[in-house]
Amino acid sequence: MVGTLHLRSAPAVGESRLIRGTLIAIAVVFLSVFLLAPLAVVFAVALGQGVAAFFSTFSNPDTLSAIWLTLVAAAVAVPANLIFGIAAAWAIGKFQFVGKGILIALIDLPFSVSPVVAGLTYVLLFGAQGLLGPWLVAHNVHIIFAVPGIILATVFVTVPFVARELLPTMAAQGSEEEEAALTLGAGGWQTFLRVTLPNVKWALLYGVILCNARAMGEFGAVAVVSGHVAGLTNTMPLQIEILYNDYQFVPAFAVASLLALLALATLVVKSVIEWRIARRGARVT
Amino acid sequence: MSSVLRRLRKRSIIPGFGLTLGFTLFYLCLIVLIPLSATFLEASKIGWHEFWRAGASPRAIASYELSFGASLIGATLNFVLGTLVAWVLVRYDFPFKRLLDSLVDLPFALPTAVAGIALTTLYAPHGWFGAPLTAAGIHVAFTRLGIIVALTFIGLPFVVRTVQPVLEDLDRELEEAAASLGAGRLQTFSRVIFPAILPAVLTGFALAFARGVGEYGSVIFIAGNMPMRTEIAPLLIVTKLEEYDYSGATAIAVVMLVVSFVMLLGINALQSWNSERENMSVEQPVALAAGVPV
Repeated sequence: MVGTLHLRSAPAVGESRLIRGTLIAIAVVFLSVFLLAPLAVVFAVALGQGVAAFFSTFSNPDTLSAIWLTLVAAAVAVPANLIFGIAAAWAIGKFQFVGKGILIALIDLPFSVSPVVAGLTYVLLFGAQGLLGPWLVAHNVHIIFAVPGIILATVFVTVPFVARELLPTMAAQGSEEEEAALTLGAGGWQTFLRVTLPNVKWALLYGVILCNARAMGEFGAVAVVSGHVAGLTNTMPLQIEILYNDYQFVPAFAVASLLALLALATLVVKSVIEWRIARRGARVT
Repeated sequence: MSSVLRRLRKRSIIPGFGLTLGFTLFYLCLIVLIPLSATFLEASKIGWHEFWRAGASPRAIASYELSFGASLIGATLNFVLGTLVAWVLVRYDFPFKRLLDSLVDLPFALPTAVAGIALTTLYAPHGWFGAPLTAAGIHVAFTRLGIIVALTFIGLPFVVRTVQPVLEDLDRELEEAAASLGAGRLQTFSRVIFPAILPAVLTGFALAFARGVGEYGSVIFIAGNMPMRTEIAPLLIVTKLEEYDYSGATAIAVVMLVVSFVMLLGINALQSWNSERENMSVEQPVALAAGVPV
């Protein structure tokens, strides 16, 4: 029996060793040149003049305030889009209603808008020349070239992340488990916390880490609304730009290496989540 | 209100429909729709003549051509090499395969400004790649070639990640059947495998292209930013803003917004073709449309 099975899978549907080796070599070279080399050069330049030079970057008050502002922007954008994502995925995933497709397309919109255009829309709305500008000036509210503008631009570009990860998972789970819980007398909130949340926790975590990576790394949208006030309205990516254009390569790459570490951590968490999902899938089947 | 809601949906005992849908719509209006409408409102105030002067000036046209042309070349490179990478990752085993597989998502996770300065340093005349290339007479940094390199980097995950699941699900028996009917390996690929993965490849291509057109951070460091030659459209918007030319910036932004809406529609059409052809769940192409690695 084993012999027949072996014979059956015998027809040559593979490539020759030569072609196989060539294709692998092309792929490895391509990925090394385009992915490994950029990653390596960040750390090579950051540490190129020694560890002391690397760490002295982080005594610069402007750099520290940029790191702080990045953390603040992410601390607002990620929870805001987490709540939005859960609400949107619940409404779209658990109910049938008219106009669902349009709503999903609207959630996607920030991904297809250039980040620079996203920033510009806020300038046109809240800037001194903008629609609400005169009113804001009269009431002494500063949004553009100030921290609120940076937070708004960050929220805009990260709107879809959590919703997009949760939506397919929540829709695929169906509503039977929730209906059972409700029939057994659980409240709506209790059902969400005890039944829905455990089912979607990996997708939720996945959406959050991607949302966070983008929130901390956003450049184009934030650059437009920031005004580049040193020590006040610069995030880490903007500080990298300023240092780099000022030929301060070690400090620029030192700040960049922190964001590169964040990216690597994001990829590690992503791989772990995928591995867990795959293992769970394997156990079910 | 509740009667309207009841008519819009089927009955369900699940609670929270009004609350979650209401909050979703409120949030989207506040963050996305009102600012975008403000842009179109500002554009309508400019007037046709002025709009045309700014949005179709030779400098603006040159920047559109560059943004679209370079994105097209970058997406085409990813069309070929991304398909190859997906094939190698799905079909073959080799050392460090899992590591490289995880790294494919790097352009999604790495901030664009970091990618920009890293690529510029690599390809600058004294950089790791720049030095030998310059010796060979090829200038990458601060030329159009540099823009193509940056856009290839940014678009790299799209084709790989759309094609990979389709290749994994591909029925090997079809290939065996083709082989037993006498088809050569190349013939099997071009007649059996490629048609099956084509919708996925095209979807990835379109996503990479759309991303490249609006890309800013990774390009401006390596581009050189010379008006008419190496100035991408998003950079021109920033330049106009810095010159306080708000109507000029708005006109170019509206042109780009209209183009991205059209591309969004095209990508949605491609994706439904993809999911029909592959008969796979909609979640993967949908998540990928979101620029999210699956």
